[in-house]
Amino acid sequence: MSTDRATLRSDPTPPPEAARPLIAIRDLEVHFDLGGGSTWDKFLTGRSIKRVVKAVDGVSLDIYAGETLGLVGESGCGKSTLGRAILRLIEPTAGQVLFRGRDLAHLSGRELRQQRRHLQIIFQDPYASLNPRMTVGQIIGEPLETFRLSAGRDKDLRVQELLETVGLSRRFTKRYPHEFSGGQRQRIGIARALAVTPDFIVADEPISALDVSIQAQIMNLLERLQRMERLTYLFISHDLRAIRHLSSRVAVMYLGKLVEVAEAKTIYEEPLMPYTKALISAVPVPDPVVESTRQRIVLEGEVPSPINPPPGCRFHSRCPYAIPACQEVVPRLAEIKPSHFAACIRISPEQPDIEKVAPGEAPGLKANEG
Amino acid sequence: MKSNKGNLLEVRDLRTYFETEDGTVKAVDGISFVLQRGETLGIVGESGSGKSVTNLSIIRLIPNPPGKIVSGEVIFNGQDIQLLPESEVRKIRGRRIAMIFQDPMTSLNPFMKISRQLTEITQLHLGYSNEKAREHAIKMLDTVGIPDAPARVDSYPHEFSGGMRQRVMIAMALSCEPELLIADEPTTALDVTIQAQILELIKKLKHETGTSVILITHDLGVVAGMTDHLLVMYAGKVFEQAPTRELFARPGNPYTRGLLRSVPDPTAEQSELYQIPGLPPDLARLPAGCPFAERCERAEEICRRQFPPFVQLTPDHSSLCHFAGDVYQQSAHEGRP
Repeated sequence: MSTDRATLRSDPTPPPEAARPLIAIRDLEVHFDLGGGSTWDKFLTGRSIKRVVKAVDGVSLDIYAGETLGLVGESGCGKSTLGRAILRLIEPTAGQVLFRGRDLAHLSGRELRQQRRHLQIIFQDPYASLNPRMTVGQIIGEPLETFRLSAGRDKDLRVQELLETVGLSRRFTKRYPHEFSGGQRQRIGIARALAVTPDFIVADEPISALDVSIQAQIMNLLERLQRMERLTYLFISHDLRAIRHLSSRVAVMYLGKLVEVAEAKTIYEEPLMPYTKALISAVPVPDPVVESTRQRIVLEGEVPSPINPPPGCRFHSRCPYAIPACQEVVPRLAEIKPSHFAACIRISPEQPDIEKVAPGEAPGLKANEG
Repeated sequence: MKSNKGNLLEVRDLRTYFETEDGTVKAVDGISFVLQRGETLGIVGESGSGKSVTNLSIIRLIPNPPGKIVSGEVIFNGQDIQLLPESEVRKIRGRRIAMIFQDPMTSLNPFMKISRQLTEITQLHLGYSNEKAREHAIKMLDTVGIPDAPARVDSYPHEFSGGMRQRVMIAMALSCEPELLIADEPTTALDVTIQAQILELIKKLKHETGTSVILITHDLGVVAGMTDHLLVMYAGKVFEQAPTRELFARPGNPYTRGLLRSVPDPTAEQSELYQIPGLPPDLARLPAGCPFAERCERAEEICRRQFPPFVQLTPDHSSLCHFAGDVYQQSAHEGRP
């Protein structure tokens, strides 16, 4: 039963209107070697196993021009590492990242720098990602100089124009980051990313550190810029409400692997994989009437350590539907419904509904009345 | 007027100011509310709105200097905490009013075993013997869902994950069966699935022990499912106060309306998110009129000139706004914003 699934395509299908992906990620791996395994280590620590953090472990994913792909998962699932590995801010240990068909993972330093002009990142912490000793003008102007895009008076004008684009005053060029609030700093970070007119932006938790009213401002800004500049986003967040709002498609990550990929609406309304189901049901809805009636799946236990993670399906230790085979077979991302991919050996195109399969034998979930 | 019988805590016109280089920061400026026994009160607001300072003022943990409770009464069980000598307040703190904070790592002593931290509090407040305190500590860890409590009780805080540490904090807070639990952003640092666990746990324990809870958070989703009443704070003031369902269904304040509309609803398709323009005001340089006027879509000339009245819309629903009645009517007419 599970063998047919391996023959299914394991890469998400393109939406009909987009022909080729802008970014194609193939079997990407980022493993961090923590040492161990040698005789000397065994003598010192008593451990004879090599310890490897499999932060990203065989991820394949296509990102299409003009879309926002939401990447969601809990802390430690590897979503930020994946985002950085795509830009090679962290070196992948295996796999490919094809940008317009060119493999970024194997470019030399100079070529990589050339390509980076098209690929930018916005960071989570607007307090840590701006150099406190540089003025706003220098911060936004630096990439323009690096890529020799403009200089002198032209550069100053471009910086002012960028400030205006992100909703700040043109007069702010001489000010320092500490003179701004968190939301304004995030705007400066966005202006810096936009300076080189990129095609693709990794937005790594760009609103997590901000207040509710400011989050809405930044989300609207990102959407407006996408329309204006024809940008493609990888929007990384643990905030499922923001992901749902901004993304066209969503990829769910658990312990270094993608477990479900589908359109944003589909992920929320008909999640297939048991982890996604629990994750969606855990999001509090800002409506007391809904909250008082909804069923919430409360997962027991916590995410296992990514150091030597559990064999088989990485979710089996918390899954209510797990059967003995789940401890051995690594599930592949398979197209369970059209354009809806999930990694679970217990569901199939013939039987996509996990609630209709026999319950598992591992104690995992319990449903609580909201 | 409510009868005093059911009131566990009553805060009247509390003002807490901080002296800074930029001048006097009015972090909390004239807050009043009532918490009834067995009730959960939510306090929502953005950073700097004064929600945490309100609660630190209740238990008199405001660092002085630079902070000072300038005026107001905090009546707990009929007694004004502000008038008690420090030694008496210490008997209330941890024993009758317990707190859990956002970051459990900074609230637990990293050099002390969990057992020591859990037994210390019952030995101090309840006079338990070593043995009895240890037994109680294990029982509490078990209650909050720490697996294998007898073995884990001698672990250090760093040996627990974030969610487990928050459970330890809750075990410690509830050790002396307090009458009031103040939870200040208890799940903000946690993942969604762990947040769901902790919120379920607080609900369950509250149901079992009858403890009253003040839940401070910026997350409107969290308060929606957890609280009976809500206070919405902005710039050190209570902007709106109502039963939770009423507040979500018929907000009577433009700020609350804006907040509710700026949160993406995962169950609905939305084109553009409503955004409150601008930034929260500088608390050291508050304008003469309404502190929200600059960002308010309903504001008129009077709002910039004159401080708004606290309008009572229904017996238990009030809003700080010149146009509270209009906004309330509009909300009632349109349904949920």
